[in-house]
Amino acid sequence: MVLKAFFPTCCTSADSGLLVGRWVPEQNSAVVLAVVHFPFIPIQVKELLAQVQQASRVGVAVLGTWCHRRQEPEESLGHFLEGLGAIFSHEPWLQLCRERGSKLWSCKTTHRQVPTSPNAPGEDQVMLIFYDQRKVLLSQLHPPTALPDHQAGDATASTQGLAAVFDTVARSEALFRSDRFDEGLVRLSHWQSEGVEASIIVELAKQASGPVCLLFAYLLSLISAASACRVFKLWPLSFICSKLSTCEQLRHRLEQLTFIFSTQKAENASQLMRKANMLVSVLLDVALGLTLLSWLHGKDRIGQLADALVPVADWVAEELQHLLQWLMGAPAGLKMNRALDQVLGRFFLYHIHLWISYIHLMSPFIERILWHMGLSACLGLTVSLSILSDIIALLTFHIYCFYVYGARLYCLKICGLSSLWRLFRGKKWNVLRQRVDSCSYDLDQLFIGTLLFTILVFLLPTTALYYLVFTLLRLLVVTVQGLIHLLVDLINSLPLYALGLRLCRPYRLSAGVKFQVLEHETGRPLRLLMQINPLPYNRVVHTYRLPSCGCHPKHSWGSLCRKLFFGELIYPWRQRGDKQD
Amino acid sequence: MEDELSFSDIYGGRLALLRRYYSPSCREFCLSCPRLSLRSLTAVTCSVWLAAYGLFTLCENSMILSAAIFITLIGLLGYLHFVKIDQETLLIIDSLGIQMTSSYASGKESTTFIEMGKVKDVIINEAIYMQKVIYYLCILLNDPMEPNGISQVVPVFQSAKPRLDCLIEVYRSCQEILAHGKATPTSP
Repeated sequence: MVLKAFFPTCCTSADSGLLVGRWVPEQNSAVVLAVVHFPFIPIQVKELLAQVQQASRVGVAVLGTWCHRRQEPEESLGHFLEGLGAIFSHEPWLQLCRERGSKLWSCKTTHRQVPTSPNAPGEDQVMLIFYDQRKVLLSQLHPPTALPDHQAGDATASTQGLAAVFDTVARSEALFRSDRFDEGLVRLSHWQSEGVEASIIVELAKQASGPVCLLFAYLLSLISAASACRVFKLWPLSFICSKLSTCEQLRHRLEQLTFIFSTQKAENASQLMRKANMLVSVLLDVALGLTLLSWLHGKDRIGQLADALVPVADWVAEELQHLLQWLMGAPAGLKMNRALDQVLGRFFLYHIHLWISYIHLMSPFIERILWHMGLSACLGLTVSLSILSDIIALLTFHIYCFYVYGARLYCLKICGLSSLWRLFRGKKWNVLRQRVDSCSYDLDQLFIGTLLFTILVFLLPTTALYYLVFTLLRLLVVTVQGLIHLLVDLINSLPLYALGLRLCRPYRLSAGVKFQVLEHETGRPLRLLMQINPLPYNRVVHTYRLPSCGCHPKHSWGSLCRKLFFGELIYPWRQRGDKQD
Repeated sequence: MEDELSFSDIYGGRLALLRRYYSPSCREFCLSCPRLSLRSLTAVTCSVWLAAYGLFTLCENSMILSAAIFITLIGLLGYLHFVKIDQETLLIIDSLGIQMTSSYASGKESTTFIEMGKVKDVIINEAIYMQKVIYYLCILLNDPMEPNGISQVVPVFQSAKPRLDCLIEVYRSCQEILAHGKATPTSP
């Protein structure tokens, strides 16, 4: 196998010295982490490496020598470097050499234990792969490889391939802590040797996050204790709370905030990303909500909205009345059964009359109610959207009632028809065996059964028409509510922090690596540049999606059509924890 | 060292294969697809604008014309950035892996790298494509569960679609490198 030497780009202009890094025997590759400069005392270098090995559980060792030749060739240095191989024994011993100001590199490997055989790897069989140490250190591979066992020493079999390189660099942070301004005994050259990177804002935030988290965790625990008290478990309140999507959204947000401000540190990178995504999502939500609030409360928009609401409700009721008058006549030229038509029509008209009286009763209070609901926008845009969805549900409650009446009537009719149709054919439904059996009926049973069957068949068009009309209206309302829920879901689950990271720091989220072949001369080792291949946007969203409320329609189109045909009630937005009907 | 050969794709268009031999363990194959032809671009633009002008004479709304120009521009930019692939490159490095790069007409490049440990073999396979039977080169990936199984088949040169003679050239070089990798044992 070709020997691969991973060399950091920051060390290509460093002075001559020793190469320090990790040797991965399964892939025949050497990951160079830093260069130790002259002068040094071998004992101190060995001590430093032992310290780093203990702190990071990475098998750091001296891999070879690095020679950066200046203008005048230094022969003595060459011999000295070769002699170092005897002090720090490593198998194989690498000797990298670069001529100053040129792109010509040379790399020799010597094996001490194995005698040189005729087909030993020569200079052609070494590959130099340059990598950006800082980017490889900070990046995270997707899909994440299995975490190495922290109890065991080196991570050997668990990280395969190039993930081993990423893993080595990421875990060797202890080696990168000293820079050239330190008064240490050993001078190292790596990505942080010009000065350790740190940010004042990040450090301050880290210091402040402890007390802030404690404070918020305490407040949130008070709120959740208040919401879990016995009053809310009593029947009317618990029923209403389970139906309103506002309560569901508030509960979801409370859970998320509790998770963000929990005093436990995040265990691994994915939990940290989840926390960050949730925090950014909550902040954006609140920002959008405050914008909406400022828009609503300016220029008396709430007053205008309240003034427009009652006429809109009136208009809806009037249109429904016209619709019912049309159904009571001869709708689309169909001939209805007069008596049933009149009964159903009058029944629904009375409902509408009740509803309109109720709206008119409420009209003086509407502006106040809307003003207070508008204040809820400071909790977030999602809460306002949920309130809007609930208001639509309440305003169209009469449509929902009509749908339920129509569906129940239709369902009864269909049940009756199917059972009497079986009687007509001389069969019966066996409840015990759950199948259709033949049965011999008496003459009077057959007579009454056929009579009822005929009645039901002739009344079918009327009931079916009412059912159709009200189901369509109900589906329209459900579609509008569904669109609002979709928007709320989108705001809830979009991982904005991950998307922002992908946009601004694409090397942090990597899907893999890509190689570029650098200038090559025959006889010299092959030089490659390894760059990070960032994760595509759709995979970022897919990997870091936040869990949403889970209010997805549970039916497929086929089962929906079946339910509509048989008149069973549809509940498209089942919340979590609801019992199935 | 590099050399250029001329082949044709399954539709008869001209393809140029550029081979670069960097070292016995590293080779690169670069297939350039035929460029966007001026004729087809003019034809599409003219038809869109004629249709827009026809609608304009019916509706007398000048927004249709501006919308048509806008749509043509956005459509062309989208086509160049997301659809039209100019060049496809296959870089095979012994004991590291195989890298496939597609460069689009707008300059965007999309790269996939497969590590050598996952590569089982490189083969030429047949497929039924519309009314033709075509050959395509593909990389077989190992299945970690089953030692003799294949987890995925990754086709190469999907938008260039070269014919068998070009594929045989690439196949021979890839097999040389793969055999070279398998023959040399891991050094102690």
